[in-house]
Amino acid sequence: MTPSDRFISIRSVSKRFGAFTAIEDISMDIGQGEFFSLLGASGCGKTTLLRMLAGFEAPSKGEIFIDDQPMSDVPPHHRPVNMVFQSYAIFPHLNVRDNIAYGLRKQKLASTRRAEMVEEMLDLIKLPGYGNRKANELSGGQRQRIALARALILRPKVLLLDEPLGALDKQLREQMQLELRALQRQVGITFVFVTHDQEEALTLSDRIAVMSGGKVLQVDTPAGLYETPRTRAVASFIGTMNFFRGTVRRNGSVMAAIEAEGLGTIPMATAQLTKPDGAPVQIALRPEKFSLSPKRPEGGLAVEGRLRTAAYMGERSQYYLSIPGKAEPVAVSAPNSHRLMGGHDLPEGQALWLSWSPESIVMLDID
Amino acid sequence: MSSYIKRPNRALQLYAVLFLIVLYVPVLFIPLFSFNDSIYVRFPLQGVTLKWYGELWTREPVWNALWNSVKVGLVVSVISTVLGVMAARAITRTRMRGKGALVTFIMMPLVIPGIIFGVALLVLLSRLGVPLSLYTVGLGHLIICLPFAVATLLPRFEGFDPSMEEASADLGENGWWTFWRVTFPMVMPGIVASLLLTFTISFDEFIMAFFLTGTDPTLPMYIWGQLRFPKEFPSVLAMAALILFVSFALVFVAQWIGRKGLEEQE
Ligand SMILES: Nc1ncnc2c1ncn2[C@@H]1O[C@H](COP(=O)(O)OP(=O)(O)OP(=O)(O)O)[C@@H](O)[C@H]1O
Ligand SMILES: [Mg+2]
Repeated sequence: MTPSDRFISIRSVSKRFGAFTAIEDISMDIGQGEFFSLLGASGCGKTTLLRMLAGFEAPSKGEIFIDDQPMSDVPPHHRPVNMVFQSYAIFPHLNVRDNIAYGLRKQKLASTRRAEMVEEMLDLIKLPGYGNRKANELSGGQRQRIALARALILRPKVLLLDEPLGALDKQLREQMQLELRALQRQVGITFVFVTHDQEEALTLSDRIAVMSGGKVLQVDTPAGLYETPRTRAVASFIGTMNFFRGTVRRNGSVMAAIEAEGLGTIPMATAQLTKPDGAPVQIALRPEKFSLSPKRPEGGLAVEGRLRTAAYMGERSQYYLSIPGKAEPVAVSAPNSHRLMGGHDLPEGQALWLSWSPESIVMLDID
Repeated sequence: MSSYIKRPNRALQLYAVLFLIVLYVPVLFIPLFSFNDSIYVRFPLQGVTLKWYGELWTREPVWNALWNSVKVGLVVSVISTVLGVMAARAITRTRMRGKGALVTFIMMPLVIPGIIFGVALLVLLSRLGVPLSLYTVGLGHLIICLPFAVATLLPRFEGFDPSMEEASADLGENGWWTFWRVTFPMVMPGIVASLLLTFTISFDEFIMAFFLTGTDPTLPMYIWGQLRFPKEFPSVLAMAALILFVSFALVFVAQWIGRKGLEEQE
């Protein structure tokens, strides 16, 4: 690892509020210029972790390093980070211009230069001419953008964003996502971005930390999290996933297979399967990794199922099929580029063949 | 069309009018008789005169007493408001044990009779050998005013999001600058309201002053002293009318500023 891969280094950090543990022994590194997201359900500790990076909460255990400096003795106003608060925290007694320029006091700039910088920021957040508005004359989305401008104008090394796009409508949200990403590339600031929207995390981030109950379950790239989740919790948090219990079957050292509920015996490469004969395993398959066909496909792995429901979703349809040997239905997603015997018009109970390739199988840790 | 909650209620209106009459009619007699051309407070009024106000003007001790009260009032209002700001900040911004008990203690003087506090302070001060003076009066007034200051300021501190102060720290300002640039302007209306309210309370206060005044009387003490002389009574009424007017004005201004500030923050 190069030093710039450890621009922010979180070492065994825990945070307790009285008897309640909000953050439990988190260790991870965030690289310089990275767009790093914290993704997790409400109450999992995302804000708490961000507040420890900003210096508003001290870790109960562990240490945080930013740019190789230990942060435990550095107060918030001396940290090279700025934060966009979940509640925006726009100063109500100041107008938009003074809000954005708030942090510039120490830089002792000429007033013309200051005004110029504020105007640039107003253009950037698409609110030109709003300088004289009071905070109570702004919508939620406008407040968020001003909070963003107020932090960005200081060109911090790290920008912490606590669900900064939560209050925006879909269109503005997507536009701001693109702009945030472009801006982050352009200025090279490290972003730590909190969200509970998996789609937002997947489109924006270089890497994502999936959090649950104060712990980090997995840190990976968007593709890594989607294609190779390590646990069932991560797999079900991001996208839809089918889970199958199975047992390892070995016949000598060359051949290995998994006997999975409903799917029968699946031959596996020995490199992918290290567990001994008879060991229980948990495997998973994404809905789009299955193919559907009315007749048994030639060669390959396939089972026959019966259609329970189908949901038409525009460019693709989601089918739920019951297969013998498995209680829950299997979700299958298929593109509507060539309609499958009339697509969503298939009758309930229609027999269909599911096929898949062994490479698309994900082995999960049993949790 | 009026909504369910806001529809007119005759009985309530009548009650409100009666309530105000009972509350304020006795008070209205004071300015009324202060213009009466007779030293006796009785109907019918003898004639309208401003001579009691004129007489008031020429009396040296009245002005001394007034000045004493203003001095005590100013000092007490400033100190109690500063202490109130610190208390309200501590109560709303820190995690501490026994916070509820602390707030109860601060608010206690609101319900404990002033006479008990007055006697207790008098006993304590004479034990310590502290001579009675305007300082001791001020001390007594401080005890009475502090809960009012805290009660006025607490809602303002509770009303604003602590992340405002955090945002300021995050943008590079230390505690002192954060207080000046964020906290102070945001609680400013509360501070003004507290100053006006505590000044009025100190200015009008009698019981503490009764026990703790030395040789310099405050205005209420002076008025009390004059009540023994019937011929002084009309000018006492004139003075009471003036005090009444100024007190009303101050309280109205305090309320108005407080409400204006709250509206702005919404
Ligand atoms: N000051 C505090 N005192 C006690 N408990 C706290 C405090 N701050 C947070 N918590 C608790 O810690 C847990 C994590 O809170 P946090 O605000 O970090 O969640 P979050 O992941 O940001 O959730 P959301 O998506 O709803 O914002 C919650 O259960 C919360 O109740
Ligand atoms: Mg949060």
